[in-house]
Amino acid sequence: MPQYLLSNVTPSGRRLEPGQLQTVIADVTALTQQMQSEGVWVFAMPLTQPTSATVVRRGPSGVVLADGPFAETKEYVGGFTVIDVSDLDAALHWARLTSEATGLDVEVRPAMTFGG
Amino acid sequence: MRTFHDFDLVEEAVQDAFASAAATWPSGGVPPSPQAWIVTAAKRSAIDRLRRAATSRRHAACLEPLLAAAPGDSLLDDELRLILLCAHPSLSTEQQIALTLRFVGGLTVLEIARLFRARPATISQRLARAKTKIREATITMRLPEPDHWADRIDVALAVVYGIYNEGYLPTTGALVRSELTREGIRLARRLLKLAPQHNEARGLVALLLLIDARFAARVDGDGSLIPLPQQDRTRWDRQLITEGQGLLRQCLRHHRPGPYQLQAAIQAVHSDAATDADTDWTQILRLYDDLLTIHPAESARTARVVALSKVHGPAEGLDALDGLPEDHYVLAIRADLLTQLGRHAEALEALTRASAQTENTAERAHLEGKVAAVSPDG
Repeated sequence: MPQYLLSNVTPSGRRLEPGQLQTVIADVTALTQQMQSEGVWVFAMPLTQPTSATVVRRGPSGVVLADGPFAETKEYVGGFTVIDVSDLDAALHWARLTSEATGLDVEVRPAMTFGG
Repeated sequence: MRTFHDFDLVEEAVQDAFASAAATWPSGGVPPSPQAWIVTAAKRSAIDRLRRAATSRRHAACLEPLLAAAPGDSLLDDELRLILLCAHPSLSTEQQIALTLRFVGGLTVLEIARLFRARPATISQRLARAKTKIREATITMRLPEPDHWADRIDVALAVVYGIYNEGYLPTTGALVRSELTREGIRLARRLLKLAPQHNEARGLVALLLLIDARFAARVDGDGSLIPLPQQDRTRWDRQLITEGQGLLRQCLRHHRPGPYQLQAAIQAVHSDAATDADTDWTQILRLYDDLLTIHPAESARTARVVALSKVHGPAEGLDALDGLPEDHYVLAIRADLLTQLGRHAEALEALTRASAQTENTAERAHLEGKVAAVSPDG
């Protein structure tokens, strides 16, 4: 079935109080279990802040390593989930639930398929 | 159609079905249920095309739901699914409207381009990108969740209004395309049935009926256009007016005005006037002011100018035209107001420009007739 990437769109400088963080973790854990029991969950990963990134840049004299992120942006991907569902509306259903659990906007991108 | 999300495949299959019908129906006779025949033939053709085209897992997956299709699929249900698919929120507003006009309304790219005031190439690209997105994101024809009905219906309403308008005053050629106006009204009624709580859906049906009631009076024997002030009101369809006004009264009870309801109310005021001179322009002006606060569209601003000039005089009307883009409608109004002020040379110039801008033959003939009437030596 088609696969989708749900990206958690996180505003730069977002900070959660410990209590808020606990709630989000609990809600996301519960949602993950729900996704797994319904057989749609493929993989998920929370990500560290952009400041902990390293960038591999292609330059005229080869590859250069640099302190990340690759671009300073107002928002960044704070984490993601990959799901396997029947169609976009199914993906959007899980995206809405993810947005409620995280308090964040969610971008839904379909995986590219080849030979279709 | 609900089993496929690939528009090109559907189009080709439907063409096959119609070709097959054209080949067999003349000699074998029209089957008892022609629409069902076409749908079945199209499905069969689509399966054949899929089998021939691919061995990949994705195409095989397409076949399964078709082969397991429930019997007794309602054709009307399919049509509503198609309308709502085209109104999917994942598509841009412009894509939603273009798709529905193309695949539900059957308008050509040129006709859609006119409604958008865009270039045909822009519309072609828009349709291609929308189809790509539907395929890549796997947007299917399932019905929206109850929470999300309203948004989908709003888009569908806009599209249906566009279809009616294209029939009312087509881009090119004929004065009216009644197959489109009938289709517009039919779709509007279907949407109201689908969403009876949606006041704007009711408002749209009311609006279209009230406009459509004037059909017979709008065109004369030679196929020329008769503007509202000159129409023989005894030729208006009183049954449609009664029905439209009844629907409007139902809307008013909910006190949730929207653009279609307000436009319907304006048309109802016109319908109430026994003659042009009896028209309550003050009320119409008030309704346009209300309309513009929630729907500041240029078309509404333009139409309001006529009401304004009736209430406050042609000079104020001319001032109100400032800033509006000079399409043939605006130019025709400008010419009218200039004529009322005795500025005939300027009126002639505006009319000449107006008639050059429309490709609708009856409209152009009408404007050219006015040019002749206004000529300085005429």
